[in-house]
Amino acid sequence: MNSVFGGVDVGASATKVALIDAGRRIIASDVRRTGVDFEGCAREAMDAALSSCGLSCADVTRIFSTGYGRHNVSFAQATRTEIACHSRAAYHFFPRKITVVDVGGQDNKIIHIALNGRRENFKMNRKCAAGTGAFLEEVAQRMDVPIAQVDALARQASHVVRMGSYCTVFTKTEILAHLRAGEKVPDIVAGLVDSVVKRIIEMDPLSGEIVASGGVVAHIPVLAEMLSRHLGRPVHILPEAQLAGAFGAALLAMETPVPL
Amino acid sequence: MKTEQQTFKKINATKQMKEIMELHFRELDEAAKTKSKKIAWCTSVGPAELLRAAGFLVFFPENHGAMLGASRMATDLIPVANALGYSPDICSYLTSDIGSYIKGQSPISKAYPGISGPPRPDVLVYNTNQCRDVQDWYNFYAREFNIPCIGIQTHRGVGDVTKAHVDSISAQIKALIPTLEEVSGKKLDYDEFKHVVGLSRQCTDLWKEVLQIASNVPSPLTFFDGAIQMGPAVILRGEQRAVDFYKLLLAELKLRVKDKVAAIDGEQFRIYWEGMPIWGKLRELSTQFAELSACVLASTYCSSWVFTALDPDDPFDSMARAYTELVIVRDENYKERYFEAEIERYKIDGMIFHDAKTCPNNSNNRYGMPERLSKKYNMPMLVINGDLNDLRCYSEEQARTNIEAYIEQLSEKKGR
Repeated sequence: MNSVFGGVDVGASATKVALIDAGRRIIASDVRRTGVDFEGCAREAMDAALSSCGLSCADVTRIFSTGYGRHNVSFAQATRTEIACHSRAAYHFFPRKITVVDVGGQDNKIIHIALNGRRENFKMNRKCAAGTGAFLEEVAQRMDVPIAQVDALARQASHVVRMGSYCTVFTKTEILAHLRAGEKVPDIVAGLVDSVVKRIIEMDPLSGEIVASGGVVAHIPVLAEMLSRHLGRPVHILPEAQLAGAFGAALLAMETPVPL
Repeated sequence: MKTEQQTFKKINATKQMKEIMELHFRELDEAAKTKSKKIAWCTSVGPAELLRAAGFLVFFPENHGAMLGASRMATDLIPVANALGYSPDICSYLTSDIGSYIKGQSPISKAYPGISGPPRPDVLVYNTNQCRDVQDWYNFYAREFNIPCIGIQTHRGVGDVTKAHVDSISAQIKALIPTLEEVSGKKLDYDEFKHVVGLSRQCTDLWKEVLQIASNVPSPLTFFDGAIQMGPAVILRGEQRAVDFYKLLLAELKLRVKDKVAAIDGEQFRIYWEGMPIWGKLRELSTQFAELSACVLASTYCSSWVFTALDPDDPFDSMARAYTELVIVRDENYKERYFEAEIERYKIDGMIFHDAKTCPNNSNNRYGMPERLSKKYNMPMLVINGDLNDLRCYSEEQARTNIEAYIEQLSEKKGR
């Protein structure tokens, strides 16, 4: 088998691997926490993905890496930024003029893609991690809410508690005040997700058709629904949203002419 | 895109630049120790010509601030000033310099053995054209040393520079003279003043030519080179040795143009840098851009010491005009026209705005400028969050990803 291409996305929170065939279909994947050993984690994730479909590294024609740890993946032949990879994955599923909103573990990206698939412009959040997955992880922990339950809890909310600060640390204090005032946990959790939505909205006018990508919307899809309510129009969630970076990297690996 | 390490092109004239800079610091140190000459501290675009003509040796604390940043001493020293009530949100040149003074640690002593640090001043002279922070900075030292602190209050948000602007600044420059004469114990030598302004004009004309040589394709000069080579234009303007140095540098760069020597091998992208340098990361940034075959070749910052209005036959009014024509004091419309001209002059592919946390006056991205220019030129723009000196405000990994993605995008735009 020689028409398999791989993408490795070593993100701030999770490392993702996607293997695709000549038909651009995902044939295997793996997701695991990044931890502190980027190279080791990437290798384990790749081995697991390969093993799940009965392949070895020699069966993969080309591998590209992306994400914060992209330069630590020694078995990848080239690197591409997360912006390039999420753009490519989003355009694969929505081959038209779109605006991609990628909510990641440590940063958010808004990418405007032209009709021909070319990136017109992109923005990343300022250096503060407010409004990212890290914010939700931190504040959920403060409330003893497992991150896996955030989506379900937010959906149980009777109203959305308004969060006044965009600072993660201040928000933790603010939560205490809301609890003391008798607010219910689901309503506060909805407020936290809403806070992330507000951070996204203030990054860019978010024109046109919106496609949400990344691990946060994959696990907390209510975020996309709340964004949709703010914008007054639908927000699509990319299929396999958490794998989008790795999938995009694999597509770019397939489409990049050799030699690199 | 290249992935191998780019070889930096060494500028031979740097040796002479270092020599005259060292001589300058040693003269100041000698004067401070022996009291042979009076010393004035002056803001970077303050009335240095007047001070020289009044018999002072001139020291520029902003240059010291840049040295604190480049040596990465700043980040450890800023908290010392923060603890004294100088906010981490104000100018990090100010906070790092005051921290340096309190701790008695200076990059001058590391660069020039035998010199303990900045020379003790006899008078402090500012022009608020850079920002209001300079007067607070100098007033700190006025209290410490019990010496006069005098200055010029600039106009801000200036559209066209009018006679009213010039008259007001000119009058303020003249009003400095009695205090300067009292401190120096000498009358201002008007002929010397005209001579100094003439030398400053020569320096500025040469420096402008050095910067604009980057309009050649490929560019023989990078912004990072400029940030180093600008030293004499800031601290030695008005002196013959600055003029001599820029003649030498210009000749070397002209030879590069003649021989088609590029500052960045295989230059593919021509980038404009708007905003302050991130002094502690110049090396890392210049390496990253070089690896991406991107030449950051022009900046507003380095052009901030081009004063073409200076006229030795009309020293007061021409200084007033020159120091009010600066981009930093102009209104948003003027700045937009200025950036448009620069984009066209240097045949720019992309523009990076550095949003410096502690330097709002030099952060021109904050009122929609990148968006307006992007629309006009169909050119993507990039904003990087950071700071001139306070590296606590800079996320290196995020900046690197931003830059890499930006060059990827420019590459796609060029169809590469």
